[in-house]
Amino acid sequence: MVTTAPHRSLRLLLASAVAVTPLAIGPTARAAGGEADGGDGNTVLTVAVSQSVDSLSPFLAQRLVSTSIHRLTYEYLTNYDAKDARTIPGLATSWKSSPDKLTWTYTIRENSRWSDGRRATAEDAAWTFTTMMTDENAATANGSFTANFEKVTAPDPRTLVIKLKKPQATMTALDVPIVPKHIWEKVGDFSKFNNDKRFPIVGNGPFVITDYKVDQYVKLKPNKTFWRGAPKFDELVLRYYKDGDAAVAALRKGEVSFVPNLTPAQATALRSAENIKVNDAPGRRFYALATNPGARAKDGGKFGSGHPALLDPAVRKALFHAVDRGTIVDKVFQGHAVEGEGYIPPRFGTYFWKPAAAQRIGHDPAKAEQLLDQAGYRRNGSGKRVGKDGRALDFRILCHATDPNDKAVGKYLQEWWGELGIGLKVDCLDNVSDPWAKGDYDLAFDGWSVNPDPDFVLSIHTCAALPATPKDTGATDNFICDKRYDELYARQAVEYDPAERADLVKRLQSRLYDTGYMNVMAYPNAVEAYRTDHIASITTMPADGGNIYGQDGYWSWWSARPAAASGDGDSGSSTGVWLVLGPAAAVLLAVGVLVAVRRRSTADDRE
Amino acid sequence: MTTTVGSPAGAARRPGTTATAYPRYLAGRLGGAAVSLLAVLVTSFFLFRVLPGDPVKAMTRGVPTSAGQMATLRRQFGLDLPLWQQFTDYCAKALTGDLGTSYQFRAPVGELIADKLPATLLLTGVAVVLYSAVGLWLGTRSAWRHGGLGDKLNTGVALTLWSVPSFWLGLLLIIVFSVGVGPVPGLFPTGGMESGDETGPAYVLDVAHHMVLPVLTLVAVGYAQTLLVMRASLLDEMGGDYLTTARAKGLRDDLVRRRHAVPNALLPTVTMIFINLGHVAAGSILVETVFSWPGLGGLFYQALSVPDLPLVQGLFVVFAGAMIVMNLLADLLYPLLDPRVGR
Repeated sequence: MVTTAPHRSLRLLLASAVAVTPLAIGPTARAAGGEADGGDGNTVLTVAVSQSVDSLSPFLAQRLVSTSIHRLTYEYLTNYDAKDARTIPGLATSWKSSPDKLTWTYTIRENSRWSDGRRATAEDAAWTFTTMMTDENAATANGSFTANFEKVTAPDPRTLVIKLKKPQATMTALDVPIVPKHIWEKVGDFSKFNNDKRFPIVGNGPFVITDYKVDQYVKLKPNKTFWRGAPKFDELVLRYYKDGDAAVAALRKGEVSFVPNLTPAQATALRSAENIKVNDAPGRRFYALATNPGARAKDGGKFGSGHPALLDPAVRKALFHAVDRGTIVDKVFQGHAVEGEGYIPPRFGTYFWKPAAAQRIGHDPAKAEQLLDQAGYRRNGSGKRVGKDGRALDFRILCHATDPNDKAVGKYLQEWWGELGIGLKVDCLDNVSDPWAKGDYDLAFDGWSVNPDPDFVLSIHTCAALPATPKDTGATDNFICDKRYDELYARQAVEYDPAERADLVKRLQSRLYDTGYMNVMAYPNAVEAYRTDHIASITTMPADGGNIYGQDGYWSWWSARPAAASGDGDSGSSTGVWLVLGPAAAVLLAVGVLVAVRRRSTADDRE
Repeated sequence: MTTTVGSPAGAARRPGTTATAYPRYLAGRLGGAAVSLLAVLVTSFFLFRVLPGDPVKAMTRGVPTSAGQMATLRRQFGLDLPLWQQFTDYCAKALTGDLGTSYQFRAPVGELIADKLPATLLLTGVAVVLYSAVGLWLGTRSAWRHGGLGDKLNTGVALTLWSVPSFWLGLLLIIVFSVGVGPVPGLFPTGGMESGDETGPAYVLDVAHHMVLPVLTLVAVGYAQTLLVMRASLLDEMGGDYLTTARAKGLRDDLVRRRHAVPNALLPTVTMIFINLGHVAAGSILVETVFSWPGLGGLFYQALSVPDLPLVQGLFVVFAGAMIVMNLLADLLYPLLDPRVGR
């Protein structure tokens, strides 16, 4: 086998050549990607995102990533102050309501222009709202805001008049992007128009969408005529990273400037990284236990399989007394959360409420035992609590299979409630909405993101939110229907005085707490990180120690200032290097293969 | 001259010989594939209706939505119609090539799939071709010198990589070759398919640059399969008398292997390569996710999580269709590789 020797050595040579080529390219190609300096002197702010855009049409978009993009590209009538989330002017400079509370008049600013040069007027706003009121498809995303509107008119370019059917307290929190009439009146079917084919997309926010590729990137350029002043970065890119660890790797490398939604482990690892700042801010979510109050419909029909013992307030109270919120925050959230109290997170200071000492259901296992004993739930021979009907207190809890926190908290609950003699089965499902809607649960892990205006998260516990019949689905969160709660809800919904309304909202939360069907365990933090060598400064919300991603407003990306020495700026040249060395490597490979084939075909001759 | 022209004609007249058998074989396979496709089309509708979860409730969870808005969504999606009517609508549309409109993306399913299919075909296609080639080559070498150090090393490394979870290997490659560890510089992008600024040849290179690590992951995890099948079937052939004859004729070892042993050992491997090619359309959910590759694997995952019924159905039809077509191609190719098949 004399002839095999040259073959093998040739192949080895080729293999090493191919292996070495990219290494040779390496050092110069290091910066390929999206650091703050785009290479041509342009400053680029790259944000890692994972959620796919559902639609770029403001009439259809419901996901956070899409509505955040709309915040950046369209003005809403009002905005929320970065400092404390109170309502401040947006497209409207001022507003007032009539004495009968049924007419709202907004003054539209003169200095807001669409990115195609035309002036944004009251007519655009009136057209946007009227379209949502008259075309069911245009009401898909934000129809709940206009459901109570009687008529919307624009008597002149600076005046918008909205007539209501009944008073509505959320009139200064209409989170509806106002679109340019002259562009959108050409749209035929709003249920199918995704606004993602022609760029740049005309808007009047601080940024303009200039390019979009599904699940790859969304590119935005500053709107130089934005009335509040143009953003400081030359480009904002939302780049897709479907895996959190890959996004963190991209942040370490400098391919992205910002990564949201970090896990505790990622945050810990990034704390020691150079040029990276971890922002651990109060979140806008609450994380709660919900107990099934006996699922029912508006027509009185009862359904579902909730455990009857949970209808006894003493049992629910005992369960909540056994929960150690401190341990949940320390062990499950690893410190990246705040212990839960009232329904609305402390971040929204105006509406934040916490139980008074007398009503507070704190961590007190002894009290829990006592409550159960008094209510007649005795332990049987095997130590299990049984009701008067002889049925053991064995509960199920609905858990989101995709949420590791649910599973971890579930384990603690099993332990704590087990000590009380109460059994718990943790049902982790990919899709909890089905058993939930059918009322087939005893307890559930519940959680909502709260908006600066709390109306919606309060509305989901009213009787009006129950399904019409047991076969329907309602907007209800947990089938709660309490007359007193409903009265308070109705009062806050028509209260225009901010202080009065805040007081009513606090009383609502107090009532919800006392009904004892919901118990907030924690407010998880928003944990995110950014590169300090890309971003010199950025506005958080609330301004003091708040978060960056998914704000109620455009403050973070609009205010971000590029760092002086941003990036090493050779991403452009790296492409050039690839342009030369890539084909060179391919040619080298092809020549090698050719030589090997030639040698093989002439092997017999050489023999 | 007469004999060469005459012999196939003569063969065609005799029933049961290759010339008449192949068309019959062909018709049988084509018919089978058509029936399978039809069955896939019908089952895909019912299969995913069994999935728990209300699409409207799932899509609006966490978003302020009134009962009226939910009713509108149900109407838009046709979920308010009785099941039999949804099914007949689906069949009527499917037969005209319309796979419906995605609930979550509000876009035609056909368009969404067509958008992402090239990315998946590119990534998984290149990977399958590469790992099949690598597997064939190493499998042949392993078998030819079986029991030797090279064989043990080859199969050992291949099996180790085969057992490694692809997402873990992908992340490891990102950390080492994208971010850079110690003296190893960060050579490749951490994810995505393109930088977004390139055009022309620079774009092609940019995509190739982004492809290196995901392809490497898929090849590393996948080549063991081809290697082992090729190795086993070649070992079966190695005792054959015809190889001794070939050697006795004075042929070089290399030629004995390439011209005599390998072609005979190829059949099981070809079946597997075609099955793998059938999987190409489905992409790789894990590798696509880790490398943020905008392909069909990721789309399928998103579709399932709602569940976005039209999109799930459409993807299922495409994935199953690709398998059926590839199996059909393998069936059609067998008689050419081994004339005994289809006789």
